[in-house]
Amino acid sequence: MKQRAFIEKLAKTIVLICAAVAIFAVCAITLYMILKGTPALKKVGVYDLLFGKVWKPTAAHPAYGIFYIILSSLVGTAAAILLGVPIGLLTAVYLSEMAGKKTGSIVSSAVELLAAIPSVIYGLLGMMLLNPMMYRLEHKIYRGDSQHVFTGGANMLSAILVLAIMILPTVISVSKSSLESVPNSLRAASLALGATQEQTIFKSVIPAAKSGILTGIVLGIGRALGEAMAINMVAGGAVNIPLPFNSVRTLTTQIVSEMGYAGGLHREVLFTVGLVLYVFIMIVNLILLNARKRGAN
Amino acid sequence: MDGTLLIERKENKTMISSKRHIINRKLKDLMTRMLIYVCTLFSVSLLIGIIAYVFVRGIGVINWSFLTSVTSVLDGTVGIAGNIVNTVLIVLITMIIATPIGVGSAIYLNEYAKKGRLVTIIEFATETLAGIPSIIFGLFGMMFFGEKLGLGYSLLTGSFTLILMVLPLITRNTQEALKTVPKMYRDGAIGLGSGKWHMIRTILIPCAMPGIITGVILAIGRIVGESAALLFTAGSAKHLPAGISGLLQKPFQSGGTLTIQMYLSATSEGNFDVAFGIAVVLLIIVLLINLMTKRLTKKFDVTRQSN
Repeated sequence: MKQRAFIEKLAKTIVLICAAVAIFAVCAITLYMILKGTPALKKVGVYDLLFGKVWKPTAAHPAYGIFYIILSSLVGTAAAILLGVPIGLLTAVYLSEMAGKKTGSIVSSAVELLAAIPSVIYGLLGMMLLNPMMYRLEHKIYRGDSQHVFTGGANMLSAILVLAIMILPTVISVSKSSLESVPNSLRAASLALGATQEQTIFKSVIPAAKSGILTGIVLGIGRALGEAMAINMVAGGAVNIPLPFNSVRTLTTQIVSEMGYAGGLHREVLFTVGLVLYVFIMIVNLILLNARKRGAN
Repeated sequence: MDGTLLIERKENKTMISSKRHIINRKLKDLMTRMLIYVCTLFSVSLLIGIIAYVFVRGIGVINWSFLTSVTSVLDGTVGIAGNIVNTVLIVLITMIIATPIGVGSAIYLNEYAKKGRLVTIIEFATETLAGIPSIIFGLFGMMFFGEKLGLGYSLLTGSFTLILMVLPLITRNTQEALKTVPKMYRDGAIGLGSGKWHMIRTILIPCAMPGIITGVILAIGRIVGESAALLFTAGSAKHLPAGISGLLQKPFQSGGTLTIQMYLSATSEGNFDVAFGIAVVLLIIVLLINLMTKRLTKKFDVTRQSN
């Protein structure tokens, strides 16, 4: 009997420790990002680092301005959301409101698979298909322009398109489940008042599912901000103003492409880039948690 | 006479305008509908296009020697055997540690914890972990496991990093599975005199098994496709470990997974044939994993219905 009580207690302690691992992990990651990310802020100066527009880490007089890097991340994410959300939302509308059982399950499976494809494959296809297309477009637009730096197609626009595609599955699946949770009585009432199915969808169902759709969009923002490898393969490798045909670096690709060889202050600045990304992601996470809490209430 | 004509005209006008209104509305509805179809078609053809293109470009690269040899200039061979071994080792090490922790965490949250501050904090932490992008995990893994704990670029550093990354996946799936086990199972077992842990071990875990396995398979899929978290933790070595002792030492050495090798082949090495070959292998693994989870979820549903 005593042994049994002991085992019960032991089991409870062990599962409690398992549950605490997540807390330790989050605390350790946060602590390390701050500890490693702040020294460069002090050495370079907060303003010069965050709002500096020149990035020359290996020059004789190095400059560590990451303003354009931050801007590229934000612009890329925003544009990808603008492009990906309408497509994703309409696909979700099809799945929840129009699809028959069989076609619906085919489309759903396709979306699930899209989510499972590794990001390097998106990157590889972007390199092989998007970049050459962009290159041709670039030549048409900037023919004879001596000011423009030609990028070979690896540019902001390619990054935006790849990101828009990569957030699709997230937006679709979250929007779909929130559209599906709208009660049928709402649809019936709207139809009975003489609205067509399309009017019902856009005037009754989507407004009712708004908070869930917004959650999907925020999740998409998180995914787009954090995506590294695919973007690194298609966005080119120079720190630039985020214009469509400029080769750009985002917060994530900056880390991926320079962490391998950076040393000294350059390396510390890359940790600061990581910290900036972490802060953005934490803001997104907090918004999400708040939305969930409100949804639960 | 004049008056009635005027009224008739007016009626005619409203009829025409309402007819036009109806036609307009129908056109608008039709266009909306078309737009919805186009978007859906786009999402589906995207997948078909990706799979078709990768297979067309990569299937010719794959043969027995590609899968069983290591790329070597001396022997004149091109192969990914080393990367396959690295991937399998990383998956094994990660899952052996992450599965019990994730399942234990779910059991605590679902069965032991009373609603309160601790549960809120644990759930907050799990959600936060799930939202952290892999490049941040990679940075942390490099700094903590690689540099602080002195593991350097090694499969262990990579695995430890990935454990943190897949933990929320396993915890959530297990939690979902535990929630579907009817309360009377628990009450029945406790009523028959079973201890709580005994009840969990013999009743709950077997009932939740499909959910746990789904979580594990999804986690394996995430690991196989992962690149950003591994680039600066597990490194990129691609040689095969020599014999049993080599295999035992391998966790402490650098090793690139299939995904990492694919990234390097497509970027710094510029060898697109190899990249597409690996892409085919990755896609096949992803398809298999998807199929398996589908099967399991279906099975899961059946057991739920029979209750």
